[in-house]
Amino acid sequence: MTIRFIKNSFLAGALALSFTACVDDLDRQPFYDQTSNTVYADFANYKGVLAKLYAGYAVTGQSVDGTADLSGFDEGKSSYLRAYWTLQELTTDEAVIGWNDGTLFDIHDMDWTVQDDYVRFMYDRIYYQIALTNEFIRETADGKLSGRGITGTNLDEAKLFRAEARFLRALSYWHALDLFGSVPFVTEDDGVGAYFPEQISRENLFAYVESELLAIEPELSAARGTEYGRADKAAAWTLLARLYINSEVYTGKKRYTDAASYAGKVIAAGYTLEDDYSRLFMADNNTARGIIFPISFDGVRTKTWGGITYLVLGPIGGSMSSANFGMKVSGWSGQRTTQTIVDLFPDADGTVDERAMFYTDGQSKEVNDITVFTDGYPITKYSNLTSAGAAGSDPAGNFPDTDFPMFRIEDVYLMYAEAVLRDGAAGDRATALGYVNALRTRAYNNASGNISDAGLTLDFILDERARELSWEAYRRTDLIRFGKFTSSSYVWPWKGGVKDGKGVGSYRTVFPIPASDIAANPNLKQLFSEYN
Amino acid sequence: MKKNVWSLSPRRKPVGALIMTAFLILCISTLSLQASDTAKQVTINKENASLLEVFASIEQQTGYKFFYSNNQVDIDRKVTMRYKAVSVTRILNDLFRNTTVSFSFSGNYIVLTVPRAEIPPVGAAPAGADAASQSLPEGITPGLTTTMPMVNEPVTIRVAGTVRDETGATLPGVNVIEKGTNNGVTTGVDGAFVLNVTDGNAVLQFSFIGYETQEIVVGSQTAIDVNMTPDAKTLNEVVVIGYGTQTKEDMTGSVIAVSQKDFNKGQVTTPEQLISGKVAGVQIVSNGGAPGSGSQIRIRGGSSLNASNDPLIVVDGVPLDNAAVSGTANALSLINPNDIETFTVLKDASATAIYGSRASNGVIIITTKKGAEGDKLKVTFNSVLSVSDVTKTVDVLNGDQYREVVAKYATDSQKALVGTANTDWQDLIYRTAVSQDNNLSFSGAVKKLPYRLSVGYLNQDGIIKTSNMKRTTASLNLNPSLLDDHLKINLNVKGVLSKSRFADEGAIGAAVNMDPTQPVYSDNSALGGYFEFTDASGTPITLAPRNPLSLLEQRDATGESKRSIGNVQFDYSFHFLPELHANLNLGYDVSRSDGHTNLPATAATVYTTAGSHTQYAQNKRNVLLDFYLNYNHEFENIESRIDVTGGYSYQDFYRFEPSYAELTGNGTVLEQPAPYPLKTQNTLVSFFGRLNYTFKERYLLTATVRRDGSSRFSEDNRWGMFPSVAVAWRANREAFLSDVAFLSDLKVRLGYGVTGQQDIVGRDYPYLARYTTGQSTAMYPFGNQYYTTLRAEGYDPNIKWESTTTYNAGIDFGFFDNRVTGSVDVYTKKTKDLLSIIPPAAGTNLTNQILTNVGSIENKGVEAVLNFKIVDRKDFTFNFGVNATINKNEITNLSKTSEKNSVGILTGGIAGGTGNTVQVHTVGYPAYSFYVYKQVYDENGKPIEGAYVDRNGDGNISADDLYRYKAPNAKLYMGFNPQFTYKNWSLNMVMRASFNNYVYNNTASGAVYQNVNWSGYLLNIPTSVLKTNFVGAENVSYLLRSDYWVENASFLRMDNISLAYRFKRFMHEKVGLSLSANAQNVFVITDYSGLDPEVVGGIDNKFYPRPRVYSLGINLDF
Repeated sequence: MTIRFIKNSFLAGALALSFTACVDDLDRQPFYDQTSNTVYADFANYKGVLAKLYAGYAVTGQSVDGTADLSGFDEGKSSYLRAYWTLQELTTDEAVIGWNDGTLFDIHDMDWTVQDDYVRFMYDRIYYQIALTNEFIRETADGKLSGRGITGTNLDEAKLFRAEARFLRALSYWHALDLFGSVPFVTEDDGVGAYFPEQISRENLFAYVESELLAIEPELSAARGTEYGRADKAAAWTLLARLYINSEVYTGKKRYTDAASYAGKVIAAGYTLEDDYSRLFMADNNTARGIIFPISFDGVRTKTWGGITYLVLGPIGGSMSSANFGMKVSGWSGQRTTQTIVDLFPDADGTVDERAMFYTDGQSKEVNDITVFTDGYPITKYSNLTSAGAAGSDPAGNFPDTDFPMFRIEDVYLMYAEAVLRDGAAGDRATALGYVNALRTRAYNNASGNISDAGLTLDFILDERARELSWEAYRRTDLIRFGKFTSSSYVWPWKGGVKDGKGVGSYRTVFPIPASDIAANPNLKQLFSEYN
Repeated sequence: MKKNVWSLSPRRKPVGALIMTAFLILCISTLSLQASDTAKQVTINKENASLLEVFASIEQQTGYKFFYSNNQVDIDRKVTMRYKAVSVTRILNDLFRNTTVSFSFSGNYIVLTVPRAEIPPVGAAPAGADAASQSLPEGITPGLTTTMPMVNEPVTIRVAGTVRDETGATLPGVNVIEKGTNNGVTTGVDGAFVLNVTDGNAVLQFSFIGYETQEIVVGSQTAIDVNMTPDAKTLNEVVVIGYGTQTKEDMTGSVIAVSQKDFNKGQVTTPEQLISGKVAGVQIVSNGGAPGSGSQIRIRGGSSLNASNDPLIVVDGVPLDNAAVSGTANALSLINPNDIETFTVLKDASATAIYGSRASNGVIIITTKKGAEGDKLKVTFNSVLSVSDVTKTVDVLNGDQYREVVAKYATDSQKALVGTANTDWQDLIYRTAVSQDNNLSFSGAVKKLPYRLSVGYLNQDGIIKTSNMKRTTASLNLNPSLLDDHLKINLNVKGVLSKSRFADEGAIGAAVNMDPTQPVYSDNSALGGYFEFTDASGTPITLAPRNPLSLLEQRDATGESKRSIGNVQFDYSFHFLPELHANLNLGYDVSRSDGHTNLPATAATVYTTAGSHTQYAQNKRNVLLDFYLNYNHEFENIESRIDVTGGYSYQDFYRFEPSYAELTGNGTVLEQPAPYPLKTQNTLVSFFGRLNYTFKERYLLTATVRRDGSSRFSEDNRWGMFPSVAVAWRANREAFLSDVAFLSDLKVRLGYGVTGQQDIVGRDYPYLARYTTGQSTAMYPFGNQYYTTLRAEGYDPNIKWESTTTYNAGIDFGFFDNRVTGSVDVYTKKTKDLLSIIPPAAGTNLTNQILTNVGSIENKGVEAVLNFKIVDRKDFTFNFGVNATINKNEITNLSKTSEKNSVGILTGGIAGGTGNTVQVHTVGYPAYSFYVYKQVYDENGKPIEGAYVDRNGDGNISADDLYRYKAPNAKLYMGFNPQFTYKNWSLNMVMRASFNNYVYNNTASGAVYQNVNWSGYLLNIPTSVLKTNFVGAENVSYLLRSDYWVENASFLRMDNISLAYRFKRFMHEKVGLSLSANAQNVFVITDYSGLDPEVVGGIDNKFYPRPRVYSLGINLDF
């Protein structure tokens, strides 16, 4: 009986196997992850996708580490902001670091190659943002929205989100334009797949970024008219002003009138200066005045080993105490500045110009050896203390709350002044002087630092930008615009890899397209043959 | 020859009851060996022939011998039979229909019986035969008497004795025959026999399956004890292959079986260590010395770049999922090595292709031990006690040397940090570890139900303080045969419970780096009384090394795993067509594990969060269903044998890991759990077929095909076809070679096959456009509202199988009566459509590194095995086995473009700064080639710090001057296995050698004086700095990538020496005892300057050192 039962059930079982049913099991779907169809079917998801587009500038993945957006290199080191800061600051007189990290020394030595890690971090982050924004723009095309039944206020909001995504894409393409010049070009029309994008010339990329910003300008929220952290018209105007003021570098064409005009639009939107300069870089700077467009961080909810953590913890070392910066963990003994920057100020301790935020105790002003942390002054502007003096929200004291002011009104003031100086017809010189002195009055806490009209020169503007905007990722672009980045006429410690500094090839005004993409895309050529 | 034979064992009747009654006469001419297969086909065409003639014909065609009693079976009965290629069973059914005779198959015998009531009483049981306890060896139906004197012959001399096997164990069931007569007996359960012979001239012939027949002249002896020796020549080894078995001589592929007697001995806690160094083409490198830690297994080099390079491992027919079970060090460590009977390694594609998409990296089939039908209860107990110790530690500056260096190189503020102690931190973290491994097994058969039950308990301490594994295993095997042996069932259930405590292996590096001038303890109770470098506020300095002892002692990290692997396999041979078998195999592999890591508030690593608590858990559930039909038939008229298999397989892999919050020491949430648990599943569905064709016993052909579907790929790319074909020629069977005296075996093999790979670790849905949900730590604020992010994942909608084409040519040979045997194989493996992680063209995908099919890689190699029986005497044998493998690996394409000058993909992260790499995958070079600067040396051959060769001549040292220098994989590796036996002693050794494997010495590359100038703390320096005098002030990232650190790590390692003594059996020969002493990792001869030249991946950065292990073992059986 038993045997018969076994025999029968065995045969029956074997034959009754429905092969097709088992083959159907090959259609496995993820249990929790959504697919693009399900995500966009529900409007409630849209803001989560939009949040990811913005978060791409702040964090490195879906958690602090371990679920990275990009791979093949260190997650924290390659954060968008940290990579951008590295290329914009460590190449210049504003910053040195002594870490033995990969090719990091090559950045300050200005002898980076097509294989440089740090160049690739930036390039990959830029194209990650471009790909993510393209995907969102594609999935929120009018046809798709109507096909998914998104209507009414949801439709309006979806279109606004799409305009913001286009702003973010323009921002990243502007970074590509500024840092790399001529690059591969993909838009929402290209889709996800295996193909080789064409390379766009620097002029055409300029035109594309400009046209995108102009196109979305009417669609974006009014200046200062949306949630803190989201891009509005003022953000687009600021970016246009930056595009135009650098136009001569990018295309050879002067667009200073446009620069002044868009700077003026921003200023007219009603931003006011924060009273206390240091308040702009503190844990509660989300409530500071004058920030047009930030990259936001939070010690508990928006955490990264790059970004603002790098800017707060990185420069802490020597005899500095983390607690004085609202942090509990010890610092990284990283960034310092060179004496060139310190010497732009009347004193190093900030008693005259409060923007002179240097840590001098136990540090030497001269950078004799980049690897020694005590050579050079760290800049102390980034802090995780609130304006009330309390530490930020992270109970572990690892991650700051401080936001990075990507665009702020002071830069716009200085752009206006510079545009006027470069082209007298662009705007009003007296207004320009007024803007500059507004900054100086705040810095000196009185009018003693104010300059006269005779003092308003281009060289002064460059120095003032260094005083006002040091370590805010402007310096490389500024030095290039002023013709001082590669030339031997303007040098700083360890420029070109020698202690007293030396000039380097002018092709270093752009970074090479990384070897990884040259290998992946046969359509690409370096802008300058020296990189071949 | 007339047969007057007896056995008694009516079917389905108690055995013992029948034994008493019979006098039996045994007459068997010689024993020839055949696989016991009731499906054998017979052709008979006889008219009016006697039963005896029919029997003779069947015996001739099948190799079976009939076993019966003359007075029960009428052998003169005349029958007429016309059968063409039918089963023996069918003929016998017809022959004995309507008679009282029933038949059964038992090994090589067809036993004819009649029910007891019908047996004429012809005599009484002999004195001393304890019938109830008797049993026969494997292959003979239970129930046999001991002595069977010829009834009709005169009796003059009574001879008695005991027969033993080569190990000294008594051997039941041996045929003892007076030569030239029908007079004979078989030995009883105690190996004893009694036989009356006619006179002193009689010659006794002792024969037994698998042993050489011996003849002894009786002369004046009345007591004759015999030791039988195994007959290697006739032993037709059956090898387990995928979905079936095959005799070794019929194999066409490159397949190596290693059985229990050749396993490595000593403290072997994970299965793969049993065969390390034993098989050509197989490299087994343990990952380190942590208890239960696994090994990297590579068969013929790695054929993938980013997909798994691990072989497929099949345990009793259940293919395992190679991914680790969390809470254990290694998935294989959950299988008790003591339960394993054989390892079969399938190397070339013709052998592996039956496993299709998972076979590119070879297949290892593990078979566990089973009970055998007819066995009496056998109990085995073994116990191994081991002592492990670290072999050597990194040479670092001692306290006094370090103080000198600080005085010379440190800044003033750093000098202030130096202490007065002389602490040997490495000495503090290591210990002499004691482990014990006990195993108890019961095997035998209850009636027709063979069983084996075993339990094991391992308690292993690691040589790093606190590391420990406790493992309890149980294994049950039942393999009954039902329906007249038409249905064979094989049930295996294995269970394991393992509890591990994991040491923080960061302590290894910390002990090398920690300042030797500092004391172990301080009075800082905030840090548990352990010394740490702190900043002004008392916070431990983040970048400083932590106190190694604190890392170990203050950490509570334990994991527990339960796992069960089991299957039930039904093999049914059809009644109407016994040569057709249906095989159904239902299997599972489930595990549940969980664990936690608790760190108190005083642990420096979590000082700022006042401690931490993390936990994890995992459930895995893999299920398997295989069904196949097998038809095996000999077509005599065309001298062909055909063995065809066709089947279907379904396997599903499911994994679930809940997400937990990370808590501070006091229970506050530090990090919210991930929004969703990890839950993932993938399924494989396969159809497969195999044909084995043998012509004239010497021309062999194997063809297989497998069609695999994987849920990992889209419907368009889901199915892959993996064919193979192989031919072999048994040349020594040719007439023109039969006279070549020295040649005992010669086979030539040629094979071709395509196999696949889809094991992309951790990625089950790579073709789908997925959106993942961000965690609570990666939200983004708009206004005051934080939003959980949704991320579009990169994907390749067209992703598909990786495929490897293998060509293999081999020759197997045996000379001088197989005193020298061996084989040589030459192979090439070309993998295309590599599942590689490469940068897509920027902007074209939602990631910078996409998993896609791109590139190709090639492995070419030669493998050779030689085994020598150097001395082969009764009391002394000396066998020597050597195997060698040469493998060359080259990347032949890596890009979707034709870009030729690309540097390739950087890989091989090293310590010292973050993001530094020293390896590269480049077309035209081996995978993982070192990518380094060429060091410049002074006239004394000393490296000049900071001086590298400007290879591109641009006057500047930059990344453009890096070059590819050597690779980690050995060009040649070898295994040596000398085995000695002398009387009851045996001595076994395993040595392994590796040539031109290169290692980047990351410990030495960090040795610079600049270590004294890290802000706020001091780092110790390996003493190699005294030789180089490297300061490391500038551009250490260049220094780290000097080729100076890439060393030739060729080595010869004495892996294992084992000495065993087997006592004479005692307590009436019922109890066997042997003792063994064993040493592992005895010595290493190498020029490599680091601790151990064998480094998985080629970057030596302070891994858990492999201990030296001494062990004592005892083995008892009764």
